[in-house]
Amino acid sequence: MNSLAPLLQLQNISIAPKNAADRLLVKQVSFSILPGKTTCVVGESGSGKSLTALSIMGLLSKQLRLTSGQVLFNDGESGVQDLTHLDDSSMRKIRGAKIAMIFQEPMTSLNPVLTVGYQIGESLTTHLGLKGPALQSKIASLLSMVGIPENRANSYPDELSGGQRQRVMIAMSIACEPCLLIADEPTTALDVTVQAQILTLLDELKTRMNMGMLFITHDFGVVADIADQVVVMFRGEIVEAGSKQQVLTNPQHPYTKALLACVPDAEGKKPLQPIDYAWLAENKSLTHMQSQEQA
Amino acid sequence: MTNILLQAKHLVKTYSQRSGKFGFGTSLVRALDDVSIELKAGKTLAVVGESGSGKSTLARCLLQLQALDSGEVLFAGQDLAKLDSTALRQVRKNLQMVFQDPFASLNPRMRVGEIVAEGLVIHGLGNTAEQQAKVIAMLKRVGLSESDMQKYPHEFSGGQRQRIGIARALVLSPKVVVCDEPVSALDVSIQAQILLLLKELQAEMALSYLFISHDLRVVRHIADDIVVMHQGKVVEQGQVEVVYQRPQHPYTQNLLAAIPGKRALSA
Repeated sequence: MNSLAPLLQLQNISIAPKNAADRLLVKQVSFSILPGKTTCVVGESGSGKSLTALSIMGLLSKQLRLTSGQVLFNDGESGVQDLTHLDDSSMRKIRGAKIAMIFQEPMTSLNPVLTVGYQIGESLTTHLGLKGPALQSKIASLLSMVGIPENRANSYPDELSGGQRQRVMIAMSIACEPCLLIADEPTTALDVTVQAQILTLLDELKTRMNMGMLFITHDFGVVADIADQVVVMFRGEIVEAGSKQQVLTNPQHPYTKALLACVPDAEGKKPLQPIDYAWLAENKSLTHMQSQEQA
Repeated sequence: MTNILLQAKHLVKTYSQRSGKFGFGTSLVRALDDVSIELKAGKTLAVVGESGSGKSTLARCLLQLQALDSGEVLFAGQDLAKLDSTALRQVRKNLQMVFQDPFASLNPRMRVGEIVAEGLVIHGLGNTAEQQAKVIAMLKRVGLSESDMQKYPHEFSGGQRQRIGIARALVLSPKVVVCDEPVSALDVSIQAQILLLLKELQAEMALSYLFISHDLRVVRHIADDIVVMHQGKVVEQGQVEVVYQRPQHPYTQNLLAAIPGKRALSA
Protein backbone atom coordinates (compact mmCIF):
# COMPACT_ATOMS: atom_id res chain seq x y z
CA MET A 1 0.00 0.00 0.00
CA ASN A 2 2.79 2.39 0.88
CA SER A 3 4.37 2.19 -2.54
CA LEU A 4 2.60 5.45 -3.38
CA ALA A 5 4.98 8.37 -3.06
CA PRO A 6 3.41 11.25 -1.18
CA LEU A 7 2.18 14.06 -3.41
CA LEU A 8 2.82 16.68 -0.80
CA GLN A 9 4.84 16.56 2.38
CA LEU A 10 4.78 19.35 4.95
CA GLN A 11 7.82 19.20 7.17
CA ASN A 12 8.04 21.22 10.39
CA ILE A 13 6.10 24.19 9.09
CA SER A 14 6.10 27.14 11.51
CA ILE A 15 4.46 30.49 10.87
CA ALA A 16 4.85 33.69 12.87
CA PRO A 17 4.04 37.38 12.45
CA LYS A 18 6.95 39.30 10.91
CA ASN A 19 7.29 41.64 13.86
CA ALA A 20 7.04 38.92 16.52
CA ALA A 21 9.01 35.94 15.30
CA ASP A 22 8.77 34.14 18.63
CA ARG A 23 4.95 34.17 18.71
CA LEU A 24 4.30 31.10 16.57
CA LEU A 25 0.81 30.84 15.04
CA VAL A 26 1.61 27.47 13.51
CA LYS A 27 4.16 25.25 15.27
CA GLN A 28 6.19 22.49 13.63
CA VAL A 29 3.36 21.10 11.54
CA SER A 30 4.15 18.00 9.47
CA PHE A 31 1.84 15.74 7.49
CA SER A 32 1.57 14.32 4.00
CA ILE A 33 -1.02 13.86 1.29
CA LEU A 34 -1.13 10.85 -1.03
CA PRO A 35 -2.41 10.98 -4.61
CA GLY A 36 -6.10 10.06 -4.82
CA LYS A 37 -6.55 10.43 -1.06
CA THR A 38 -8.16 13.09 1.12
CA THR A 39 -6.47 14.50 4.19
CA CYS A 40 -8.80 16.49 6.45
CA VAL A 41 -7.42 19.15 8.76
CA VAL A 42 -9.86 19.75 11.64
CA GLY A 43 -9.75 22.43 14.31
CA GLU A 44 -11.55 25.38 15.84
CA SER A 45 -11.14 28.95 14.59
CA GLY A 46 -7.65 30.18 15.36
CA SER A 47 -6.14 26.70 15.33
CA GLY A 48 -3.97 27.54 12.32
CA LYS A 49 -5.63 25.24 9.79
CA SER A 50 -6.20 27.91 7.13
CA LEU A 51 -2.73 29.41 7.60
CA THR A 52 -1.23 25.98 7.01
CA ALA A 53 -3.15 25.68 3.74
CA LEU A 54 -2.17 29.17 2.58
CA SER A 55 1.49 28.45 3.31
CA ILE A 56 1.41 25.54 0.83
CA MET A 57 0.26 27.91 -1.91
CA GLY A 58 2.72 30.62 -0.86
CA LEU A 59 -0.21 32.92 -0.21
CA LEU A 60 0.51 33.99 3.37
CA SER A 61 -0.29 37.64 4.02
CA LYS A 62 2.62 40.09 4.04
CA GLN A 63 2.53 40.43 7.82
CA LEU A 64 3.26 36.72 8.24
CA ARG A 65 6.37 34.71 7.60
CA LEU A 66 7.30 31.07 7.32
CA THR A 67 9.91 30.75 10.06
CA SER A 68 10.85 27.14 9.35
CA GLY A 69 9.93 24.10 7.36
CA GLN A 70 9.63 22.69 3.90
CA VAL A 71 6.73 22.06 1.55
CA LEU A 72 7.83 19.15 -0.62
CA PHE A 73 5.72 18.72 -3.73
CA ASN A 74 6.11 15.78 -6.10
CA ASP A 75 3.89 15.86 -9.19
CA GLY A 76 5.68 12.85 -10.67
CA GLU A 77 7.09 14.90 -13.56
CA SER A 78 9.66 17.36 -12.30
CA GLY A 79 10.85 15.49 -9.22
CA VAL A 80 10.52 16.73 -5.65
CA GLN A 81 10.38 20.50 -5.34
CA ASP A 82 10.46 22.54 -2.15
CA LEU A 83 7.71 25.11 -2.75
CA THR A 84 9.03 27.42 -0.05
CA HIS A 85 12.15 28.09 -2.14
CA LEU A 86 10.56 28.63 -5.54
CA ASP A 87 10.67 32.08 -7.12
CA ASP A 88 7.44 33.91 -7.98
CA SER A 89 7.28 32.92 -11.64
CA SER A 90 7.82 29.18 -11.04
CA MET A 91 5.28 29.31 -8.21
CA ARG A 92 2.78 30.95 -10.56
CA LYS A 93 3.16 27.98 -12.94
CA ILE A 94 2.20 25.60 -10.16
CA ARG A 95 -0.62 27.60 -8.64
CA GLY A 96 -3.87 26.93 -10.48
CA ALA A 97 -2.23 24.40 -12.78
CA LYS A 98 -0.91 21.74 -10.42
CA ILE A 99 -2.24 22.91 -7.07
CA ALA A 100 -5.66 24.56 -6.99
CA MET A 101 -7.69 25.99 -4.16
CA ILE A 102 -11.38 26.45 -3.30
CA PHE A 103 -12.48 28.91 -0.65
CA GLN A 104 -15.34 29.08 1.82
CA GLU A 105 -17.30 31.99 0.40
CA PRO A 106 -18.37 31.40 -3.20
CA MET A 107 -19.88 34.90 -3.29
CA THR A 108 -16.70 36.77 -2.52
CA SER A 109 -14.28 34.57 -4.44
CA LEU A 110 -15.93 35.12 -7.83
CA ASN A 111 -15.61 38.36 -9.78
CA PRO A 112 -19.13 39.83 -10.06
CA VAL A 113 -18.54 41.66 -13.36
CA LEU A 114 -17.23 38.71 -15.39
CA THR A 115 -19.26 35.78 -16.72
CA VAL A 116 -18.59 32.44 -15.05
CA GLY A 117 -17.47 31.02 -18.41
CA TYR A 118 -14.80 33.70 -18.71
CA GLN A 119 -13.61 33.06 -15.16
CA ILE A 120 -13.36 29.31 -15.75
CA GLY A 121 -11.51 29.93 -19.01
CA GLU A 122 -8.95 32.29 -17.48
CA SER A 123 -6.65 29.61 -16.11
CA LEU A 124 -7.04 27.49 -19.27
CA THR A 125 -5.72 30.38 -21.36
CA THR A 126 -2.97 31.25 -18.88
CA HIS A 127 -1.63 27.78 -18.23
CA LEU A 128 -2.58 25.75 -21.32
CA GLY A 129 -2.85 28.50 -23.95
CA LEU A 130 -6.34 27.40 -25.04
CA LYS A 131 -8.24 29.81 -27.31
CA GLY A 132 -11.39 30.08 -29.41
CA PRO A 133 -13.62 27.04 -30.00
CA ALA A 134 -11.23 24.70 -28.14
CA LEU A 135 -11.52 26.93 -25.09
CA GLN A 136 -15.31 27.15 -25.34
CA SER A 137 -15.77 23.40 -25.61
CA LYS A 138 -13.46 22.80 -22.66
CA ILE A 139 -15.46 25.31 -20.57
CA ALA A 140 -18.70 23.57 -21.57
CA SER A 141 -17.35 20.15 -20.62
CA LEU A 142 -16.11 21.46 -17.25
CA LEU A 143 -19.53 22.95 -16.49
CA SER A 144 -21.29 19.71 -17.29
CA MET A 145 -18.74 17.81 -15.22
CA VAL A 146 -19.77 19.81 -12.13
CA GLY A 147 -23.46 19.54 -12.98
CA ILE A 148 -24.29 22.98 -14.36
CA PRO A 149 -26.11 23.37 -17.71
CA GLU A 150 -23.60 24.43 -20.41
CA ASN A 151 -25.59 27.49 -21.42
CA ARG A 152 -24.85 28.93 -17.98
CA ALA A 153 -21.36 29.89 -19.20
CA ASN A 154 -22.71 33.33 -20.08
CA SER A 155 -24.30 33.90 -16.68
CA TYR A 156 -22.90 36.27 -14.08
CA PRO A 157 -22.25 35.01 -10.54
CA ASP A 158 -25.27 36.86 -9.09
CA GLU A 159 -27.58 34.86 -11.37
CA LEU A 160 -26.53 31.60 -9.71
CA SER A 161 -27.45 30.07 -6.36
CA GLY A 162 -24.87 29.53 -3.63
CA GLY A 163 -24.45 25.86 -4.49
CA GLN A 164 -24.08 26.63 -8.21
CA ARG A 165 -21.44 29.26 -7.44
CA GLN A 166 -19.49 26.73 -5.43
CA ARG A 167 -19.77 24.33 -8.40
CA VAL A 168 -18.34 27.07 -10.62
CA MET A 169 -15.46 27.49 -8.14
CA ILE A 170 -14.86 23.75 -8.36
CA ALA A 171 -14.94 23.86 -12.19
CA MET A 172 -12.36 26.67 -12.10
CA SER A 173 -10.12 24.77 -9.72
CA ILE A 174 -10.12 21.50 -11.69
CA ALA A 175 -9.85 23.20 -15.11
CA CYS A 176 -6.15 22.42 -15.52
CA GLU A 177 -6.46 18.98 -13.91
CA PRO A 178 -4.38 19.75 -10.82
CA CYS A 179 -2.81 16.89 -8.90
CA LEU A 180 -3.62 18.57 -5.57
CA LEU A 181 -6.82 20.35 -4.58
CA ILE A 182 -6.94 22.43 -1.40
CA ALA A 183 -10.47 23.08 -0.16
CA ASP A 184 -10.84 25.52 2.74
CA GLU A 185 -14.27 24.96 4.33
CA PRO A 186 -15.92 24.77 0.90
CA THR A 187 -19.36 23.78 2.21
CA THR A 188 -19.65 25.82 5.41
CA ALA A 189 -21.79 28.54 3.82
CA LEU A 190 -24.16 26.06 2.15
CA ASP A 191 -27.43 24.36 3.11
CA VAL A 192 -27.13 20.74 4.29
CA THR A 193 -28.64 19.12 1.21
CA VAL A 194 -26.44 21.24 -1.08
CA GLN A 195 -23.46 20.45 1.14
CA ALA A 196 -24.09 16.75 0.68
CA GLN A 197 -24.19 17.20 -3.13
CA ILE A 198 -20.95 19.20 -3.21
CA LEU A 199 -19.15 16.66 -0.99
CA THR A 200 -20.26 13.84 -3.27
CA LEU A 201 -19.09 15.80 -6.32
CA LEU A 202 -15.65 16.49 -4.82
CA ASP A 203 -15.26 12.86 -3.84
CA GLU A 204 -16.15 11.68 -7.36
CA LEU A 205 -13.78 14.15 -9.02
CA LYS A 206 -10.99 13.15 -6.65
CA THR A 207 -11.35 9.50 -7.64
CA ARG A 208 -11.82 10.15 -11.36
CA MET A 209 -8.83 12.49 -11.65
CA ASN A 210 -6.71 10.76 -9.00
CA MET A 211 -6.23 14.07 -7.21
CA GLY A 212 -4.87 14.43 -3.72
CA MET A 213 -7.13 16.59 -1.61
CA LEU A 214 -6.45 18.71 1.44
CA PHE A 215 -9.80 19.44 3.03
CA ILE A 216 -10.09 21.98 5.84
CA THR A 217 -13.15 21.84 8.04
CA HIS A 218 -14.39 22.26 11.59
CA ASP A 219 -17.22 19.76 11.15
CA PHE A 220 -16.57 16.17 12.20
CA GLY A 221 -19.64 15.08 10.27
CA VAL A 222 -17.98 16.26 7.06
CA VAL A 223 -14.76 14.53 8.09
CA ALA A 224 -16.63 11.25 8.50
CA ASP A 225 -18.04 11.65 4.98
CA ILE A 226 -14.97 12.59 3.02
CA ALA A 227 -11.65 11.92 4.78
CA ASP A 228 -9.08 9.17 4.38
CA GLN A 229 -6.56 10.70 6.78
CA VAL A 230 -7.36 13.16 9.59
CA VAL A 231 -5.11 15.78 11.19
CA VAL A 232 -6.42 17.53 14.33
CA MET A 233 -4.98 20.97 15.11
CA PHE A 234 -5.22 22.88 18.38
CA ARG A 235 -3.65 26.31 18.93
CA GLY A 236 -1.25 25.99 16.03
CA GLU A 237 -0.09 22.45 16.72
CA ILE A 238 -1.03 19.02 15.48
CA VAL A 239 -2.33 17.11 18.48
CA GLU A 240 -3.36 13.96 16.67
CA ALA A 241 -3.10 12.45 13.21
CA GLY A 242 -4.13 9.15 11.76
CA SER A 243 -6.63 7.34 9.59
CA LYS A 244 -10.27 8.47 9.72
CA GLN A 245 -11.33 5.24 11.39
CA GLN A 246 -8.69 5.59 14.07
CA VAL A 247 -9.20 9.26 14.91
CA LEU A 248 -13.00 9.20 14.90
CA THR A 249 -13.59 5.90 16.68
CA ASN A 250 -10.52 5.61 18.87
CA PRO A 251 -9.14 9.11 19.54
CA GLN A 252 -6.00 9.18 21.68
CA HIS A 253 -5.49 12.83 22.52
CA PRO A 254 -7.71 14.47 25.18
CA TYR A 255 -8.37 17.45 22.90
CA THR A 256 -9.64 15.20 20.09
CA LYS A 257 -11.83 13.36 22.58
CA ALA A 258 -13.17 16.65 23.93
CA LEU A 259 -13.81 18.05 20.46
CA LEU A 260 -15.68 14.91 19.43
CA ALA A 261 -17.73 15.01 22.65
CA CYS A 262 -19.12 18.47 21.90
CA VAL A 263 -20.39 17.54 18.42
CA PRO A 264 -24.13 16.91 18.67
CA ASP A 265 -25.02 13.50 17.21
CA ALA A 266 -28.04 13.10 14.98
CA GLU A 267 -29.54 10.45 17.25
CA GLY A 268 -29.42 12.72 20.30
CA LYS A 269 -28.17 9.83 22.42
CA LYS A 270 -25.01 11.24 23.90
CA PRO A 271 -24.98 14.28 26.20
CA LEU A 272 -23.17 17.38 24.98
CA GLN A 273 -19.93 18.11 26.73
CA PRO A 274 -18.21 21.47 26.28
CA ILE A 275 -14.41 21.54 26.20
CA ASP A 276 -12.67 22.27 29.49
CA TYR A 277 -9.88 24.51 28.18
CA ALA A 278 -8.41 25.14 31.64
CA TRP A 279 -7.92 21.43 32.13
CA LEU A 280 -6.35 21.08 28.67
CA ALA A 281 -3.94 23.95 29.39
CA GLU A 282 -2.84 22.34 32.66
CA ASN A 283 -2.15 19.09 30.87
CA LYS A 284 0.05 20.72 28.25
CA SER A 285 2.42 17.75 28.30
CA LEU A 286 -0.30 15.78 26.57
CA THR A 287 0.23 17.55 23.26
CA HIS A 288 2.16 15.79 20.53
CA MET A 289 0.65 12.39 21.07
CA GLN A 290 0.76 11.53 17.41
CA SER A 291 -0.48 8.12 16.60
CA GLN A 292 1.83 5.71 14.87
CA GLU A 293 -0.23 4.97 11.81
CA GLN A 294 0.56 8.18 9.92
CA ALA A 295 3.12 7.39 7.24
CA MET B 1 -53.53 18.91 28.91
CA THR B 2 -50.50 20.84 27.86
CA ASN B 3 -50.67 24.57 27.95
CA ILE B 4 -50.19 26.28 24.60
CA LEU B 5 -48.48 29.60 25.14
CA LEU B 6 -47.99 30.92 21.64
CA GLN B 7 -50.10 29.90 18.71
CA ALA B 8 -49.98 30.96 15.10
CA LYS B 9 -52.93 30.27 12.84
CA HIS B 10 -52.85 30.27 9.05
CA LEU B 11 -50.09 32.86 8.68
CA VAL B 12 -49.59 34.23 5.18
CA LYS B 13 -46.88 36.64 4.13
CA THR B 14 -45.97 37.51 0.55
CA TYR B 15 -43.10 39.60 -0.69
CA SER B 16 -43.03 41.16 -4.10
CA GLN B 17 -39.79 40.73 -5.91
CA ARG B 18 -38.45 42.42 -8.99
CA SER B 19 -37.96 40.05 -11.85
CA GLY B 20 -37.52 39.83 -15.59
CA LYS B 21 -35.31 42.07 -17.72
CA PHE B 22 -33.96 45.05 -15.76
CA GLY B 23 -36.37 44.19 -12.95
CA PHE B 24 -39.35 45.74 -14.70
CA GLY B 25 -41.64 42.87 -13.82
CA THR B 26 -42.70 41.83 -10.36
CA SER B 27 -43.30 38.40 -9.03
CA LEU B 28 -44.79 37.37 -5.72
CA VAL B 29 -42.89 35.16 -3.31
CA ARG B 30 -44.92 33.36 -0.70
CA ALA B 31 -42.61 33.46 2.31
CA LEU B 32 -45.28 32.06 4.60
CA ASP B 33 -48.02 30.00 3.04
CA ASP B 34 -50.73 29.02 5.53
CA VAL B 35 -48.37 28.34 8.42
CA SER B 36 -49.83 27.19 11.74
CA ILE B 37 -47.70 26.31 14.76
CA GLU B 38 -48.14 25.81 18.50
CA LEU B 39 -45.52 26.49 21.16
CA LYS B 40 -46.16 24.70 24.45
CA ALA B 41 -45.27 26.34 27.77
CA GLY B 42 -41.80 25.37 29.00
CA LYS B 43 -40.97 23.47 25.81
CA THR B 44 -38.73 24.03 22.82
CA LEU B 45 -40.17 24.09 19.34
CA ALA B 46 -37.59 23.92 16.57
CA VAL B 47 -38.28 25.38 13.14
CA VAL B 48 -35.97 23.84 10.56
CA GLY B 49 -35.54 24.43 6.86
CA GLU B 50 -33.01 25.60 4.33
CA SER B 51 -32.30 29.17 3.33
CA GLY B 52 -35.38 30.69 1.75
CA SER B 53 -37.78 28.32 3.51
CA GLY B 54 -39.38 31.21 5.43
CA LYS B 55 -38.22 30.30 8.93
CA SER B 56 -36.78 33.73 9.78
CA THR B 57 -39.85 35.46 8.32
CA LEU B 58 -41.94 33.30 10.63
CA ALA B 59 -39.92 34.50 13.63
CA ARG B 60 -40.27 38.15 12.70
CA CYS B 61 -43.99 37.81 12.01
CA LEU B 62 -44.60 36.06 15.34
CA LEU B 63 -43.03 38.96 17.22
CA GLN B 64 -44.93 41.48 15.06
CA LEU B 65 -41.68 42.93 13.80
CA GLN B 66 -43.17 42.49 10.37
CA ALA B 67 -46.81 42.83 9.34
CA LEU B 68 -48.69 39.72 8.27
CA ASP B 69 -50.91 39.58 5.19
CA SER B 70 -53.37 37.39 7.04
CA GLY B 71 -53.58 34.99 9.94
CA GLU B 72 -53.44 35.48 13.66
CA VAL B 73 -50.81 35.14 16.38
CA LEU B 74 -52.22 34.31 19.78
CA PHE B 75 -50.12 34.87 22.89
CA ALA B 76 -51.85 33.87 26.13
CA GLY B 77 -55.17 34.22 24.34
CA GLN B 78 -54.55 37.70 22.88
CA ASP B 79 -54.27 38.29 19.13
CA LEU B 80 -51.07 40.30 18.81
CA ALA B 81 -51.96 41.72 15.41
CA LYS B 82 -55.01 43.43 16.88
CA LEU B 83 -53.17 45.16 19.73
CA ASP B 84 -52.27 48.86 19.46
CA SER B 85 -48.64 49.88 19.87
CA THR B 86 -48.86 50.61 23.62
CA ALA B 87 -50.49 47.30 24.42
CA LEU B 88 -48.08 45.49 22.10
CA ARG B 89 -45.13 47.01 23.94
CA GLN B 90 -46.48 45.61 27.20
CA VAL B 91 -46.71 42.15 25.68
CA ARG B 92 -43.22 42.38 24.13
CA LYS B 93 -41.65 42.10 27.57
CA ASN B 94 -42.69 38.50 27.42
CA LEU B 95 -41.46 37.88 23.88
CA GLN B 96 -37.72 38.28 23.45
CA MET B 97 -35.28 37.34 20.73
CA VAL B 98 -31.71 36.06 20.50
CA PHE B 99 -30.11 36.72 17.13
CA GLN B 100 -27.78 34.73 14.92
CA ASP B 101 -24.88 37.08 14.46
CA PRO B 102 -23.37 38.10 17.80
CA PHE B 103 -21.24 40.64 15.92
CA ALA B 104 -24.08 42.52 14.25
CA SER B 105 -26.76 42.40 16.93
CA LEU B 106 -24.98 44.38 19.67
CA ASN B 107 -24.57 48.15 19.34
CA PRO B 108 -20.80 48.73 19.20
CA ARG B 109 -21.08 52.14 20.86
CA MET B 110 -22.89 50.97 23.97
CA ARG B 111 -21.33 49.41 27.04
CA VAL B 112 -22.47 45.89 27.88
CA GLY B 113 -24.15 47.18 31.06
CA GLU B 114 -26.24 49.61 29.00
CA ILE B 115 -27.10 47.00 26.37
CA VAL B 116 -28.42 44.53 28.91
CA ALA B 117 -30.20 47.23 30.96
CA GLU B 118 -31.90 48.87 27.97
CA GLY B 119 -35.00 46.69 28.08
CA LEU B 120 -35.48 47.36 31.78
CA VAL B 121 -35.14 51.12 31.19
CA ILE B 122 -37.57 51.12 28.27
CA HIS B 123 -40.18 49.17 30.17
CA GLY B 124 -39.55 51.28 33.32
CA LEU B 125 -38.98 48.25 35.51
CA GLY B 126 -37.57 49.21 38.92
CA ASN B 127 -35.32 52.13 39.87
CA THR B 128 -31.74 52.49 38.69
CA ALA B 129 -30.24 50.55 41.59
CA GLU B 130 -32.64 47.66 41.08
CA GLN B 131 -31.93 47.62 37.37
CA GLN B 132 -28.19 47.53 38.03
CA ALA B 133 -28.59 44.66 40.44
CA LYS B 134 -30.68 42.72 37.90
CA VAL B 135 -28.14 43.29 35.14
CA ILE B 136 -25.29 42.13 37.34
CA ALA B 137 -27.16 39.02 38.42
CA MET B 138 -28.07 38.20 34.81
CA LEU B 139 -24.52 38.69 33.52
CA LYS B 140 -23.18 36.42 36.25
CA ARG B 141 -25.82 33.82 35.41
CA VAL B 142 -24.76 33.64 31.78
CA GLY B 143 -21.11 33.30 32.77
CA LEU B 144 -19.84 36.87 32.55
CA SER B 145 -18.70 39.09 35.43
CA GLU B 146 -19.70 42.41 36.97
CA SER B 147 -16.62 44.15 35.57
CA ASP B 148 -17.78 43.24 32.03
CA MET B 149 -20.53 45.88 32.33
CA GLN B 150 -18.05 48.64 31.58
CA LYS B 151 -16.70 46.95 28.44
CA TYR B 152 -17.78 47.35 24.81
CA PRO B 153 -18.95 44.43 22.63
CA HIS B 154 -15.74 44.36 20.55
CA GLU B 155 -13.78 43.32 23.62
CA PHE B 156 -15.54 39.94 23.68
CA SER B 157 -15.26 36.73 21.68
CA GLY B 158 -18.16 35.40 19.60
CA GLY B 159 -19.34 33.01 22.31
CA GLN B 160 -19.19 35.71 24.99
CA ARG B 161 -21.16 38.09 22.77
CA GLN B 162 -23.84 35.47 22.36
CA ARG B 163 -23.95 35.27 26.17
CA ILE B 164 -24.51 39.06 26.24
CA GLY B 165 -27.33 38.66 23.71
CA ILE B 166 -28.90 35.97 25.90
CA ALA B 167 -28.56 38.16 29.03
CA ARG B 168 -30.24 41.05 27.19
CA ALA B 169 -33.18 38.84 26.21
CA LEU B 170 -33.60 37.16 29.59
CA VAL B 171 -33.18 40.15 31.93
CA LEU B 172 -36.85 40.99 31.34
CA SER B 173 -37.91 37.52 32.52
CA PRO B 174 -39.78 36.77 29.29
CA LYS B 175 -42.05 33.80 28.73
CA VAL B 176 -41.09 33.14 25.13
CA VAL B 177 -37.63 33.48 23.60
CA VAL B 178 -37.23 33.27 19.85
CA CYS B 179 -33.70 32.07 19.05
CA ASP B 180 -32.84 32.67 15.39
CA GLU B 181 -29.87 30.40 14.61
CA PRO B 182 -28.20 31.31 17.92
CA VAL B 183 -25.26 28.92 17.57
CA SER B 184 -24.65 28.65 13.85
CA ALA B 185 -21.92 31.33 13.84
CA LEU B 186 -20.00 29.63 16.66
CA ASP B 187 -17.28 27.00 16.86
CA VAL B 188 -18.58 23.57 17.77
CA SER B 189 -17.09 23.65 21.30
CA ILE B 190 -18.59 27.10 22.01
CA GLN B 191 -21.84 25.91 20.46
CA ALA B 192 -22.04 23.12 23.04
CA GLN B 193 -21.53 25.63 25.88
CA ILE B 194 -24.28 27.94 24.63
CA LEU B 195 -26.72 25.08 24.03
CA LEU B 196 -26.19 23.80 27.57
CA LEU B 197 -26.62 27.32 28.96
CA LEU B 198 -29.90 27.75 27.07
CA LYS B 199 -31.15 24.42 28.43
CA GLU B 200 -30.24 25.31 32.03
CA LEU B 201 -31.89 28.71 31.78
CA GLN B 202 -35.01 27.15 30.33
CA ALA B 203 -35.38 24.93 33.37
CA GLU B 204 -34.63 27.74 35.85
CA MET B 205 -36.82 30.42 34.33
CA ALA B 206 -39.60 28.27 32.83
CA LEU B 207 -38.87 29.58 29.34
CA SER B 208 -40.40 28.45 26.09
CA TYR B 209 -38.09 28.54 23.11
CA LEU B 210 -38.87 28.88 19.46
CA PHE B 211 -35.57 27.62 18.09
CA ILE B 212 -34.81 28.37 14.47
CA SER B 213 -32.02 26.32 12.95
CA HIS B 214 -30.79 24.61 9.83
CA ASP B 215 -28.64 22.18 11.80
CA LEU B 216 -30.57 19.00 12.49
CA ARG B 217 -27.93 17.70 14.86
CA VAL B 218 -28.36 20.74 17.13
CA VAL B 219 -32.15 20.52 16.93
CA ARG B 220 -32.11 16.89 18.03
CA HIS B 221 -30.41 17.97 21.24
CA ILE B 222 -32.42 21.03 22.19
CA ALA B 223 -35.95 20.59 20.87
CA ASP B 224 -39.05 18.78 22.10
CA ASP B 225 -41.11 19.41 18.99
CA ILE B 226 -40.15 20.20 15.42
CA VAL B 227 -41.66 22.01 12.45
CA VAL B 228 -40.09 21.40 9.04
CA MET B 229 -40.54 24.22 6.55
CA HIS B 230 -40.00 24.14 2.81
CA GLN B 231 -40.72 27.03 0.46
CA GLY B 232 -42.96 28.81 2.94
CA LYS B 233 -45.04 25.77 3.85
CA VAL B 234 -44.98 23.51 6.87
CA VAL B 235 -44.35 20.08 5.38
CA GLU B 236 -44.14 18.11 8.61
CA GLN B 237 -44.47 18.67 12.34
CA GLY B 238 -44.45 16.58 15.47
CA GLN B 239 -42.35 15.34 18.34
CA VAL B 240 -38.63 15.33 17.62
CA GLU B 241 -38.05 11.62 18.30
CA VAL B 242 -40.97 10.61 16.15
CA VAL B 243 -40.05 12.82 13.20
CA TYR B 244 -36.38 11.77 13.32
CA GLN B 245 -37.21 8.09 13.50
CA ARG B 246 -40.01 8.01 10.99
CA PRO B 247 -39.98 11.07 8.75
CA GLN B 248 -43.08 11.05 6.57
CA HIS B 249 -42.49 13.82 4.04
CA PRO B 250 -39.84 13.22 1.33
CA TYR B 251 -38.30 16.64 2.05
CA THR B 252 -37.76 15.75 5.72
CA GLN B 253 -36.29 12.40 4.69
CA ASN B 254 -33.95 14.28 2.36
CA LEU B 255 -32.85 16.69 5.09
CA LEU B 256 -32.18 13.91 7.56
CA ALA B 257 -30.23 11.93 4.98
CA ALA B 258 -28.04 14.96 4.26
CA ILE B 259 -26.75 15.29 7.83
CA PRO B 260 -22.99 15.10 7.41
CA GLY B 261 -21.40 11.99 8.85
CA LYS B 262 -24.56 9.95 8.62
CA ARG B 263 -23.75 8.19 5.38
CA ALA B 264 -20.27 7.29 6.55
CA LEU B 265 -21.43 6.01 9.92
CA SER B 266 -24.23 3.88 8.56
CA ALA B 267 -21.96 2.45 5.85
